[in-house]
Amino acid sequence: MSCKSVYFDHGATTFTRPEVLAEMLPYFGQMYGNPSSIYKLAKSSKYAIDNARSTIAELINADSKEIYFTGSGSEGDNWALKGVMYASTKGNHIITTSIEHHAILHTCKYLEKEGYKVTYLPVDEYGRVNPKDVEAAITDKTVLISVMFANNEIGTIQPIKEIGEIARRHGVYFHTDAVQAAGHIPIDVEDMNIDILTMSAHKFNGPKGVGALYIKKGVKMYNLIEGGSQERKRRAGTENVPGIVGMAKALKMSCEHMEEVNKNLIRMRDRIIKEVTENIPYVKLNGHPTQRLPGNVNLSFKYIEGESLLLFLDINNICASSGSACTSGSLDPSHVLLAIGLPHGIAHGSLRLSLGYENTDDDIDYLFTVLPGIVDRLRQMSPLYEEVLKGDKGE
Amino acid sequence: MEYTQKVLDHFTNPRNVGEIEDANGVGEVGNAKCGDIMKMYLKISDDDIITDVKFKTYGCGAAIATSSVATEMIKGKSVDEALRLKNSEVVEELGGLPSAKIHCSVLAEEAIKKAIGDYYTRKGIFVEEQKCCCCENDGACKCHQEPEEE
Repeated sequence: MSCKSVYFDHGATTFTRPEVLAEMLPYFGQMYGNPSSIYKLAKSSKYAIDNARSTIAELINADSKEIYFTGSGSEGDNWALKGVMYASTKGNHIITTSIEHHAILHTCKYLEKEGYKVTYLPVDEYGRVNPKDVEAAITDKTVLISVMFANNEIGTIQPIKEIGEIARRHGVYFHTDAVQAAGHIPIDVEDMNIDILTMSAHKFNGPKGVGALYIKKGVKMYNLIEGGSQERKRRAGTENVPGIVGMAKALKMSCEHMEEVNKNLIRMRDRIIKEVTENIPYVKLNGHPTQRLPGNVNLSFKYIEGESLLLFLDINNICASSGSACTSGSLDPSHVLLAIGLPHGIAHGSLRLSLGYENTDDDIDYLFTVLPGIVDRLRQMSPLYEEVLKGDKGE
Repeated sequence: MEYTQKVLDHFTNPRNVGEIEDANGVGEVGNAKCGDIMKMYLKISDDDIITDVKFKTYGCGAAIATSSVATEMIKGKSVDEALRLKNSEVVEELGGLPSAKIHCSVLAEEAIKKAIGDYYTRKGIFVEEQKCCCCENDGACKCHQEPEEE
């Protein structure tokens, strides 16, 4: 067997671009000063953060005073939800969707325990939220609408601008978890009526452990982390200077190359979807056929279970992920796959391949040499497939 | 805890996969909803010796590995010996399982018991209903109901 290694899990994380790492390194070394200190050594750190902040602001059409650095996407999501709700005197109601990341859903569950009310909107078979449902759910107690920009599992892109317009019209804050979208598809917070937006650097070839929250000027937010006066007194803690520098560089590079990279990613994505669904029986594409992240493929292979598929792919040095229960750490398969209406049995057999700019057609060719055999092998072992072959459950 | 080498070995090279056309004891446990189904086929001789055993499993790596190793552990054994096989012995034989996967070994034990139950039923011998692996209820629970899909 070939010892080639192929990484198809960019939705989980990405490697740090060499150019990004190069920009970060001096801030671990000679420029280690605390940005809050007064001497010259510290000034270089302070300038680096200021520059990074304006770079990121510009890339999403925000003002640099509206960008706050965080430690992760999850922190950003927690801050957005708790921060807005705790600061609100208007009401106690949040509108979100049933397919959000756990950083949103678990925060909502936490807030519910504290007495807040949450509406979890359903999605259609492609994972799209209907803006009309959003509008219909608004009450005079609604403070915040939180809808993810693009889904991490099935890649479906939400009608963000329409939802933003509705929120604006009703005087409700609009937050979007753009962790999967930032650096991958265009974001314009002004045009899209976004009040708060979460991003995370390691999803776009930046370093891990750093993220940012865009908070529109005037949005009332409670502080999650109290302490020093960093981040305009809204998020204490000595700044992760190398991380912040790396995040800005990574977002800049991702946005600069976005158009050409996406053209190629969409072509490769659609090639995988076409060839797999044409050549392997009983496969279903999850998510929207076109309104999906350029690098996202999510397929369900009926009659087999996702973890065993991942293990065999790993044996063949292919990195991917699944929404099966065995990989989610719970008894149920992915809440996203259940929300788009997949029966448990089919949700267990899902495979997410998330492509990045360094993937090539050779990687896909290699996938095709390996995948059909693995699927067939697991099906030959499966009592469910045995029933299909005997016609008991044939379609 | 990650999978042991032995689990990976049984997962990648499962022993006794398949069906036995003239099996005289067949047992299936689990359901697609939970993500695991194990089906055991036994060929039992007149003097109650398991002369052949095959399995088919839908499930994770641990489900496939426990099925495989369990078939090895009961092949050539008497029905009584096979009935005494405990899931903990299956786990031990594999060098351990992650705690979230222990239920796979329970399924393997249950599948064997169910297949032997089927053998007894075919012979006209009444066997007591087995307890559910998930809730310990006597067959009245909903843990392993057929999924309502498709």
